[in-house]
Amino acid sequence: MHFDQFLQYLISGITSGSIYALIALGFTLIHNSTKLINFAQGEFVMLGGLIAISLYSAAGLPLIIAIPISIILVAIVGIVFERLAIRPLRNSSNITLIIVTVGVSILLKNVAMILWGRDPQSLPAFTGDKPIALFGATITPQALWVIAVTVITVVLLQVFYKRSIVGKAMKASAINPPAANLMGINTSNIVMLSFAMSAGFGAMAGVLITPISMTGYSVGGFLGLKGFAGAVLGGLDNPVGAVLGGVVLGIIESLSIGIIDSGYKDAVAFFILLLVLFIRPSGILGDKVREKV
Amino acid sequence: MVAVRALLKTRRTGLALYGTAMALLPLMFSNDYYVKVLIILGINILIVLGLNLLMGYAGQVSIGHAAFYGMGAYASAIVTTKYGMSPWFGLLASIILGGIVAYGIAIPTLRLKGHYLAMATLGFAEIVHVLFLQLKDITGGTDGISGISTLSIAGFLFDSPQKLYILVWIVVMAGLIISINLANSRVGRALRAVHGSEIAAASMGIDTAKYKIQIFVLSAVFACIGGSLYAHMAGFVSPDSFTLGVSITLVTMVVLGGMANVWGAIIGASTLTILEEYLKGYEDFNMVIFGLILVLVMVFMPQGLYGAGTRVIGLIKRRFKLIPDTAGEESAAS
Repeated sequence: MHFDQFLQYLISGITSGSIYALIALGFTLIHNSTKLINFAQGEFVMLGGLIAISLYSAAGLPLIIAIPISIILVAIVGIVFERLAIRPLRNSSNITLIIVTVGVSILLKNVAMILWGRDPQSLPAFTGDKPIALFGATITPQALWVIAVTVITVVLLQVFYKRSIVGKAMKASAINPPAANLMGINTSNIVMLSFAMSAGFGAMAGVLITPISMTGYSVGGFLGLKGFAGAVLGGLDNPVGAVLGGVVLGIIESLSIGIIDSGYKDAVAFFILLLVLFIRPSGILGDKVREKV
Repeated sequence: MVAVRALLKTRRTGLALYGTAMALLPLMFSNDYYVKVLIILGINILIVLGLNLLMGYAGQVSIGHAAFYGMGAYASAIVTTKYGMSPWFGLLASIILGGIVAYGIAIPTLRLKGHYLAMATLGFAEIVHVLFLQLKDITGGTDGISGISTLSIAGFLFDSPQKLYILVWIVVMAGLIISINLANSRVGRALRAVHGSEIAAASMGIDTAKYKIQIFVLSAVFACIGGSLYAHMAGFVSPDSFTLGVSITLVTMVVLGGMANVWGAIIGASTLTILEEYLKGYEDFNMVIFGLILVLVMVFMPQGLYGAGTRVIGLIKRRFKLIPDTAGEESAAS
């Protein structure tokens, strides 16, 4: 493989990896506050994309207004989901809750099919689609948007965790919910916030990727799976790790298209994932937890 | 009355009642299509029984059993169509293949815990699915393999759904008896101890790794047999039948019925299979209703249908003073 080819695969890998990273971030947020795997995570991505499309093309709003509204609406979906389906079950076993998220995922996907139909739809690129040349490879402005928004989100999230009182409360509830509760933190509101943020990040990913690869009612399952894999690769309880895991997964996938064959890209990605799990069961950046009896 | 209740309490009676009911069920339907649905139901019950042993008793979640289901189906398909061998060799090949692969996968995978274990099984299943699609020379790619011959014993061909149902019934009953015996044996108790606390179980002298691997292999073999039966019934296999969605549906059946209970597994598998079939008439709305029912059942009956059922029966018994107030709690715990 020539260097420019390699660079081209790397760029597309980082772009799709950034999308996986945003989804992975959603997984860690909910996992940290509830120890759950939310199988409906990918549906937030799908909803974000489709709602933005409707606001833009049917309601005629400019992108700059349609996008934030879409993200906020999906965040509200996340809150409603938590209130109606997760909170009533907070004392149930983990696997029961995971099956609830599977049910919500099926529900959202098929409601979307009825509302938006079966055909995937697209948005225009945010700032035109004239490719930019870069050391013999090219990068589209939309790919730059994807990468930039992901980087900014991760930085802001770190500031949020370190500086803001809500962020610190969130961190405290992730480490030890009963103790956080005793310190006056309303952990149940934190859980709700984590669902809202997680849904919002998912919607953001959906809005960003729609101009590149169209969004239809059925994209959620596949994207959610990639995001989950990225989160596990990096360490489910570590947001920075999850972002890193998502990007690494995107790059591995993209390079495997160049080296082996595009049909095998999912197999290669999951093979690497299994290897990482077998060597380091808690992910690249995950904490090693010692189990006590 | 007392005698009847005592009779109902024994495991053998439940088994005999269920077995008779299932054997008589196809007589109610003259339509081949419904008998085919019953065969699919039998196959689902078989796989869910195995998965229930793994999830409910050993506490190991697998989101990858569609891979074993598919491997069983493909092994049968390939052995009979490419090599022209007897379908029984297909069944044998699928059991051997499934067993070996499951053993190989179990050793590194079962070291993992919780979500990481689930992810590893999911990853494995995705790889197997990609192989079904990509190894075109062997699996036929997206087209799959057609023309799989039917099973036969000494000249008796299982060539109609009614005939094949008899075979599926025998296999499901065997799976059920194995599950019940295993759950109530030394192995079952050891597995429950592993579920409770693996470290505590290990320190009591239970070889936790050995039991986990054994039960994983057993559940995989159940799924492979299910796959093999499916291939010989449908006469056709393709990657679409063995997706992540199928793995998730299988896990859902276990949880919906109520984990760690053989009858729960049967109830879960039956409810979802019949519901899916029934809702087919609702076109676009079928999966919306399916998802809604799934969420509602889990929100209002977190212990699953079996747990909720025994609880209701306990309440009725107490209401009518059939049993003293203190009893009836064991049902929720079991």
